[in-house]
Amino acid sequence: MHIDWFPLWLSLRVAFVSTALAIAAGLPIAYILANREFRGKEILDAAVTLPLVLPPTVIGFYLLVVIGRDSYFGKLWERAFGSPLVFTWKAAVIAALLHSLPLLVKSARAALESVERSYERAARTLGASEWRLFWRVTAPLARRSILAASVLAFARSLGEFGATLMVAGDIPGRTQTAALAIYDAYNRGDSTVALTLVLIISAVALAILALANRLGPKLLGRP
Amino acid sequence: MIQARIRKTYTPREDSSGFMLDLEFQAGAAVTVLFGPSGSGKTLTLDSVAGFVRPDEGRILLDDAILFDAATGVHLTPQARQCGYVFQNYALFPHMTLRQNLAFAAEQRPRLERHRRVNEMLERFRLTEAAGRRPHEVSGGQRQRCSIARALIGGPRVLLLDEPAQGLDAPLRAEFYEVLRQVRADFKTPVLLVTHDLDECFELGDEMIVLHDGRIVQSGPPANILRAPASLDVARLLGEFNLLPAEIRALDPSRNSSRVRVGEFELDGPYFPGRLKGDRITICVRPEQLTVAARNGRPGANQIPADLRRAVERPRWVRLEFSGGIAVDLPRAEYERQRDNREWVIEFPPTALRAL
Repeated sequence: MHIDWFPLWLSLRVAFVSTALAIAAGLPIAYILANREFRGKEILDAAVTLPLVLPPTVIGFYLLVVIGRDSYFGKLWERAFGSPLVFTWKAAVIAALLHSLPLLVKSARAALESVERSYERAARTLGASEWRLFWRVTAPLARRSILAASVLAFARSLGEFGATLMVAGDIPGRTQTAALAIYDAYNRGDSTVALTLVLIISAVALAILALANRLGPKLLGRP
Repeated sequence: MIQARIRKTYTPREDSSGFMLDLEFQAGAAVTVLFGPSGSGKTLTLDSVAGFVRPDEGRILLDDAILFDAATGVHLTPQARQCGYVFQNYALFPHMTLRQNLAFAAEQRPRLERHRRVNEMLERFRLTEAAGRRPHEVSGGQRQRCSIARALIGGPRVLLLDEPAQGLDAPLRAEFYEVLRQVRADFKTPVLLVTHDLDECFELGDEMIVLHDGRIVQSGPPANILRAPASLDVARLLGEFNLLPAEIRALDPSRNSSRVRVGEFELDGPYFPGRLKGDRITICVRPEQLTVAARNGRPGANQIPADLRRAVERPRWVRLEFSGGIAVDLPRAEYERQRDNREWVIEFPPTALRAL
């Protein structure tokens, strides 16, 4: 039996990178949603959450419109880097990001909002800037929940299928992630490979969810 | 010294009835107490000074600094106000040790000075041994001292305390009063304290501001307020008085005397300036100003017969609750002497009566 391990590594790599990006982009959004009052706040929240409920093919379609070879951004990318963005593993990262970001923003917002207000007020009266307050008080107090959110985002990235297929394609050895490889192997009638990948992905997802559950409920910072 | 004129309206909504805070006060004493029942606006007032709440109208000055001025749109951030704030739950950062909590508050200072200052505060508030532990690993008293030390370390211009002794047991409460007295002596930082505990007002307050329903109903030294509550509202809020409906039967300014009718009895009292014969008033008299005696036949002058309903024993005194809702506080020894009385009369010293 020969199993190509590349799809699995690619999936992990895509999930790692997209999770990192989701944290980088999602935390500021979550912070704004948790702390600021402005018009259109709930619309921003809804817009960020939208990918959770839209069919992956719709996301894929939008993505092709925005980053496809004929799009403005696609052309810009091609001029800058010399090769198109679509049908590369980077496009798979973007597809995964769109699915993991909502999860992260939703849970991180809840985590930040659950931090006892008096801690933040105390930090302010002690002269702490909003920046220092966030990094030294709010984030550490919410860190378990934020970590749990990141783990969930990672798990979600690992399983992305539809949008990835549309923007990154299914090129073996280049953009074929584990989810795509399973579909391919099944279609080829290669059930051994399909089953092996299915079991591995299931085991990884199960482990991740168990980890998220352990991280989740215990909120630090309750008096 | 705080000078504040604050007005803030909360419009009624489905989940809350409306509320209006409208007050003007000066707090320049060593310790000024904002006293009032819950919902009277005392914490809202404190939060307006600290900068957590933005009033609709008014102006708040701290020494020579304008913290808030509606007319010119000034509303300093809490960071810029130099107000130390001690929260009800202390709000010590749970993920930091006590030392780190203090260091966090002193971070604007140069490293060496910060270190020295933190050590100095740890020592002064007897926290040196617990310095390496986190808030949940230390005693309630240590937590409390640490929160005060943290609020003071940056050298604030005023110290704000929100019901700091609520929920503390008696020893811890006594310790807290002691710490605050020490702070008062050592730091010279004026204190503005919120409480609904009258004992605390007397224990700590030089000045007291009584709030009711978003307004100031009386202010002054606590002893003065207890001696002469300005209105029925204040007397009810303090909760320390017998309040008896009465009617003025006679007034004699030249002999400084009056005669009032309470129920079916008449009592002698002092002259009530500004009142007329026939006025309906409320007689206000504190339970410890009254005395009792065994009834022998007809009640004497300024005595009202009453049935004893209940005697509530306290460590040092006993509260006797009589029919007609009259309460009398007796020293324990006096109660022991009289406890076997079959029938009682309550004696009202004429000078103790006040009209509201």
